[in-house]
Amino acid sequence: MMAMSGDPAASDDASAEWLSALNGTGAAREAGLARLHGLLVRVAVRELGRREAGTWISGRELEDMAHQAADDAMLAILGKLGTFRGESRFTTWAYRFVVLEVSSKQAVDETLTEHQRRLFVAVVLNEVPLDALVARLGTNRNAVYKAIFDARRKIRGFLVANGYLEERRRGPS
Amino acid sequence: MNSWAALERFLDTDPADVGCEQAMEILHVYVDLVAADPDAARRYPGVAVHLAACGPCCEDFRGLLAAVTEDR
Repeated sequence: MMAMSGDPAASDDASAEWLSALNGTGAAREAGLARLHGLLVRVAVRELGRREAGTWISGRELEDMAHQAADDAMLAILGKLGTFRGESRFTTWAYRFVVLEVSSKQAVDETLTEHQRRLFVAVVLNEVPLDALVARLGTNRNAVYKAIFDARRKIRGFLVANGYLEERRRGPS
Repeated sequence: MNSWAALERFLDTDPADVGCEQAMEILHVYVDLVAADPDAARRYPGVAVHLAACGPCCEDFRGLLAAVTEDR
């Protein structure tokens, strides 16, 4: 593990208050939990916005993902509360969990599911006619189209994010 | 950048690079220092080198820095 140097943020009053509330009981703890959760949701929403999640998920999905990230981060934070050593502000330590949750959720969402990959390879690379695939899978045309649509969106998002394609320019709507 | 320059850049590594695991382990400490003083990055040169080389970790660093900066 890397050696840490002393930090002026250690043991600041705000961090001590957070620890007191979250390690406490009753109404004070409940209030602390609610306040922390609210902050985590806010950070998750901003982080998803900063990562331009709106280009790969819709508004409602974005809101849901922010809440999922905040919920998962909250569990991790409470499970690891005893490991907080005051080397940073408490909120910085806590926000790290939600930023990393957003990061991992984005990575999962940007990766094709096995189903999407299979259909994309069949239709786009192997040029299997859409209706032939529909008949083979016993599904409907729209389901196959939707899976390939999502795959196309994710692949474009990945290529743009990694500098292989330019961001699509959109005219005024 | 042509593809050879991109390949050379990709293969170039710095021995001071601490790697993803250590960088993420102290990300909160590093971010608090940088938020207070941008030059504080010099105190953790191995982390700075890593963040300059690793896109995903740098994205996490930027996200956490943005979160704490907006909070203050």
